[in-house]
Amino acid sequence: MNLVRLSASYLRARALNTTLQVLLFALGIGTITLLLLATTQLDQRMRRDAQGIDLVIGAKGSPLQIILSAIYHLDVPTGNIAYKQAKEITAHRAVKKTIPLALGDSYRGFRIAGTTHDYVSHYGATMATGRLWQKPLEAVIGAEVAARTGHAVGAKFAGAHGLGDGGDAHEDADYTVVGVLTPSGTVLDRLVLTSVESVWAVHAQHQGIHDIENAAAQMKDEEKEYTALLVQYASPLAAAILPRYVNNNSEMQAASPAYETARLFSIIGVGADVLRGFALVLVFSAALSVFIALYNALEERRYDLAIMRTLGASPSRLMALLLGEGMLLAGIGGLCGIALGHLFTELTGMAMRAAQQGTITGWIWLPEEFFVLALAVGVGALAALLPAWRAYRTDIAGTLARG
Amino acid sequence: MFELRQLTHHYDGSEVLRVDAWAAAQGEQWLLLGPSGSGKSTLLHILAGILRPAAGSAGIAGQDLSALSAMALDRFRGRNIGIVLQRLHLLPSLTVAENVQLAQYLAGLPQDVARVQEVLAGLDLADKADARPHALSHGQAQRAAIARAVVNRPRLLLADEPTSNLDDNRCAQALDLLLTQAAACGATLVIATHDQRVKSRVAKHHQLGVA
Repeated sequence: MNLVRLSASYLRARALNTTLQVLLFALGIGTITLLLLATTQLDQRMRRDAQGIDLVIGAKGSPLQIILSAIYHLDVPTGNIAYKQAKEITAHRAVKKTIPLALGDSYRGFRIAGTTHDYVSHYGATMATGRLWQKPLEAVIGAEVAARTGHAVGAKFAGAHGLGDGGDAHEDADYTVVGVLTPSGTVLDRLVLTSVESVWAVHAQHQGIHDIENAAAQMKDEEKEYTALLVQYASPLAAAILPRYVNNNSEMQAASPAYETARLFSIIGVGADVLRGFALVLVFSAALSVFIALYNALEERRYDLAIMRTLGASPSRLMALLLGEGMLLAGIGGLCGIALGHLFTELTGMAMRAAQQGTITGWIWLPEEFFVLALAVGVGALAALLPAWRAYRTDIAGTLARG
Repeated sequence: MFELRQLTHHYDGSEVLRVDAWAAAQGEQWLLLGPSGSGKSTLLHILAGILRPAAGSAGIAGQDLSALSAMALDRFRGRNIGIVLQRLHLLPSLTVAENVQLAQYLAGLPQDVARVQEVLAGLDLADKADARPHALSHGQAQRAAIARAVVNRPRLLLADEPTSNLDDNRCAQALDLLLTQAAACGATLVIATHDQRVKSRVAKHHQLGVA
């Protein structure tokens, strides 16, 4: 026998009430956990994907769209930029390094990105098998692409026009997989990488150039286009010069990942705040129902409490018993809620993965979850405080005399 | 074993209890007699240390109760005093055995399951150890309440109207149990009652008058 077993026996004795209160706690805490897991992972991924990229240059349009399309490969691009103008930017003294991106095709919903080897090394990705691309139509696939398509080194596939699923296939220009990347937890995991020249060559077929190997060499510079250019500054000072230079002196548009993602999070943040508010309302109603149940039960438990005093229990022991009851209930609700939150997050992650945009999972544990549990237990204790105080004040002789 | 001197208590200004002197030796068995309203329950509560008298002194087992702090008094009561109340009141959410074990726990004594079983067996309740109180007959519930009161081998066992509402047969049985259980742990027994049937069974009487 101990206080926990004693508390538990009272919770069992009113099982229906207890179940309802645990459920309320679990739903509230579950929602908080879901928010915590999802936003933490999204935030982490978005930071990692944008790391080291100071500026993205794309065709004129929404800067947020440029960031979403060129860094996170979520939105469609705003258009293309001229090869010659991109070269001028690369040569600018404020620029340390640029990585070109040529988008437009996809394979089973995974985007085919024409780029340079710098793109792979920028994210610190390594080869799981095979090597990087050397010739046109050689492709390296990300870990998630490999897992979902089952392709390994040597596999051949045709890219489809457009970034969504189900575009027309480029039947006569098959890519060959020459390498598979190890999972890096970045956007590379769900990309098909190849040279910019491959992308140009596949599209040059529409202009009647069918010699894939030498297509890029046959094209005039005016015909060559990138979709976007990822830029790393030479010095912090470049932030003051380059965006204005690009926006004022070309048909291109510069977008800052830091600024745009912050803006994006402030937009998402409103939704998260609403959900968080809703979760707190749930936790509050759970606390209220615990308070009402304990307070009402106090009348019928007066005699129980008096009996415990006659058996030698001190008033503070009775107080601890009721506080324990509230905390135990909230603790169980909190644990169920955390489990539920992980389940919700995993289900959300599965839905996102089905749309080839998935990067969150329910199977990670964050240290903050202990705070969430502590929050639940604290709220439970708070709800039990007044009933516990009344138990503390029980007048034994008076209660026993009244019978 | 206990000694009361010049004890008075009153509610709302009117005196409900007056005991000039009453002393008992360890192991003695007493009846506390008096009509309703004579303060029997009040005196029992004072002996149990759940009520502090307005004036006078109560010493139990050489310990002056008024000298104990509230917390020490709770501890003293748990370890030295067993109480069987008129309303037996076992905790409904616990089994019979757990109710008895609760007395060990709340007194801060080691929880001895063997002792719990022994006491239950001695009161013919071994097969009801895992039953809930609502499944017991009145007689069984009374025996369970006695088990709870004696499990810690108290030095003073108090019983409040244990035979009221019982027929002659059961009255005698209940009394037998209290007398034998008190004797078994060497406790001083005080039974507060206004039941005339009990008088002949216990030699020592303390009579309270209407105050």
